[in-house]
Amino acid sequence: MTAFGKLIRTTAFRLTLVYLLLFVLFALTLVGYFAWNTRRLVTEQISETVVSETNELIERFESNGLRGLVTAVENRALRPGSNLYLVATPAGQGVAGNVGSLEPGVLDRSGWAETSYRRLEETDVAEHRALVRVTQLSGGFRLLVGRDLEERRRVFGVVAAAAQWSFLVVIVLGLGGGVLVARRVLTRIDAMTGTTQRIMAGDLSERLPIGRSGDELDRLAGNLNAMLERIEALMRGLQEVSDNIAHDLKTPLTRMRNRAEEALAKSGNEADYRAALERTIDESDALIRTFNALLMIARAESGQARGDMSDFDAADVAHGIHELYEPLAEDDGLTLSVEAISAPLHGNRELISQALANLVENAIKYGKPPADRAASEAQGTDIVIRSELEGDTVLLGVADHGPGIPAEDRARAVERFVRLEASRTLPGSGLGLSLASAVATLHGGGLRLSDNHPGLRATLVLPRRGAEQKIA
Amino acid sequence: MRLLIIEDDRESADYLVKAFREAGHVADHAADGEIGLALAETGDYDVMIVDRMLPKRDGLSVIGTLREKGNRTPALILSALGQVDDRVKGLRAGGDDYLPKPYSFTELLARVEVLSRRGSGPAEESSYRVGDLELDRLSRRVVRGAEKIDLQPREFRLLEYLMKHAGQVVTRTMLLENVWDYHFDPQTNVIDVHISRLRSKIDKGHDKPLLHTIRGAGYMIRDGLR
Repeated sequence: MTAFGKLIRTTAFRLTLVYLLLFVLFALTLVGYFAWNTRRLVTEQISETVVSETNELIERFESNGLRGLVTAVENRALRPGSNLYLVATPAGQGVAGNVGSLEPGVLDRSGWAETSYRRLEETDVAEHRALVRVTQLSGGFRLLVGRDLEERRRVFGVVAAAAQWSFLVVIVLGLGGGVLVARRVLTRIDAMTGTTQRIMAGDLSERLPIGRSGDELDRLAGNLNAMLERIEALMRGLQEVSDNIAHDLKTPLTRMRNRAEEALAKSGNEADYRAALERTIDESDALIRTFNALLMIARAESGQARGDMSDFDAADVAHGIHELYEPLAEDDGLTLSVEAISAPLHGNRELISQALANLVENAIKYGKPPADRAASEAQGTDIVIRSELEGDTVLLGVADHGPGIPAEDRARAVERFVRLEASRTLPGSGLGLSLASAVATLHGGGLRLSDNHPGLRATLVLPRRGAEQKIA
Repeated sequence: MRLLIIEDDRESADYLVKAFREAGHVADHAADGEIGLALAETGDYDVMIVDRMLPKRDGLSVIGTLREKGNRTPALILSALGQVDDRVKGLRAGGDDYLPKPYSFTELLARVEVLSRRGSGPAEESSYRVGDLELDRLSRRVVRGAEKIDLQPREFRLLEYLMKHAGQVVTRTMLLENVWDYHFDPQTNVIDVHISRLRSKIDKGHDKPLLHTIRGAGYMIRDGLR
């Protein structure tokens, strides 16, 4: 496409053309109205003059007879720039006045007429036009009074010339302006297109240029940049996840394979085979669980689990999970209690229950009070499940008195597969907090990790029922 | 028990047919939704196992069509999707149970046996009896021999479910689903702890245990002599 072709295809230029057309139409209407009105005004003035002169002359005729009229007409006809006068006999013979010739038949009808004429003393051949009024006098005589229309033509000509020039100027300026505006927009769009092409070619770190004016193009560029930011973050996340999957799934797979190989090579009796196979099944079950958790996180993060939402009370979820895990905690030598205040929620009850279950499992697994402190401080309960209502947010969480997570590690702890140093030796997939966080995000909230002095407090911060939009 | 397996993957289908046969059941196989629907309409099956994604007609549509025609054969849905909302969709379409892939055969067998009982067996009874253990659902009383046993409400529901399916294997996920109404997979042995508490209440001090652990599968309550 040529540069010019590209230019006239721009929206800015096309808009300019449409605007120009509208403007020209508007101007045409305006000038037309102006011209028509001027003409009407001039004609009115002319006819007024003609009427008053006719009246004066008729008065003279009535008081002084034909002779008086002829004298008056002769006097007036001699004045420079005079109007047109003609007194004619019933036969149509001119008696007095300054009219040499008229269009035939004008004198026969009384009243207004427009006619071409020639003055008596005039020698040029050019035709003039005049507005005339013929009046029948007594005795068959006729009086014609008229005025040249040259004035009206001149006024009209001036208007027409002005209109022509102004149209030319409007069109030239309009087109020029359109080209200028279109080129300005085109330059910026071309810059953006260039950048997006580089981004599509693979360089995700590239960003669109943003001007200082803060106009719509800048806002668009800003939004596109924000979008790129998000895409880059997602891509990074994907990269991390695939790296982590490679590590955390391949490791148990390798272990499984090694065990099977070893059993094949060394085992001699059925009991050995059986033991090896049972361990293999256990390992594959663990792998399936990890897969399920990953899929669940992915679904929650992409917002696909938004179906199946219902109204329920956070306190019921807290009680339910407490009831399920209380014996397990007791077996582990911990006390699990619940402090639930009624708090209305709208969401996927199953997912929120699972998120809370993950937090409780974490607290039971990692939240054991260090041996030295447990003896010195009588803490009462070790783990507390809590639901609270705080303004428009529902806090549903678990607090323990374990070693806690140092503030600088908290953000990382939520990431997929991240297992902090302290927990590496314990079994687990490293997905529990990620899932809890993804579930909270799906509901328009988030997962908050804070200090329980001592210990960890992990809280799902969720919008209260009816306030989902305010938080999200 | 007569089973209909509607599954398009040849290998899984063959495995299932063989495994059910070894467990003493008869299983027919349909490779797509149309054949499956035709077989289900003509044959008299106790339970059908339906894959979600099938050629020609998907699993949910097969079940939905059967239900519209008044066929109430219990259906278990197998699905590779296996997420919360997917399960709900399956049950809404008329399925009676749902098992995400990959599944263990013991889990599938346990669920199918429970379903077949539901289809033909008597309606809910007001009391259950296993050996000398008796549970009255109306008065919520549990007695073993002459001794009254005090149970927490949840322990009562756990025992009630086990006794309702006495003589059948009940898996951990079945318990979590039916007693607690959770459909997620806990990473810990929560259910085992609840079972061991219940066991200490009903079996402790008796020389004949009733609540048995079935290795690799789950639990079963039964009178040891049977």
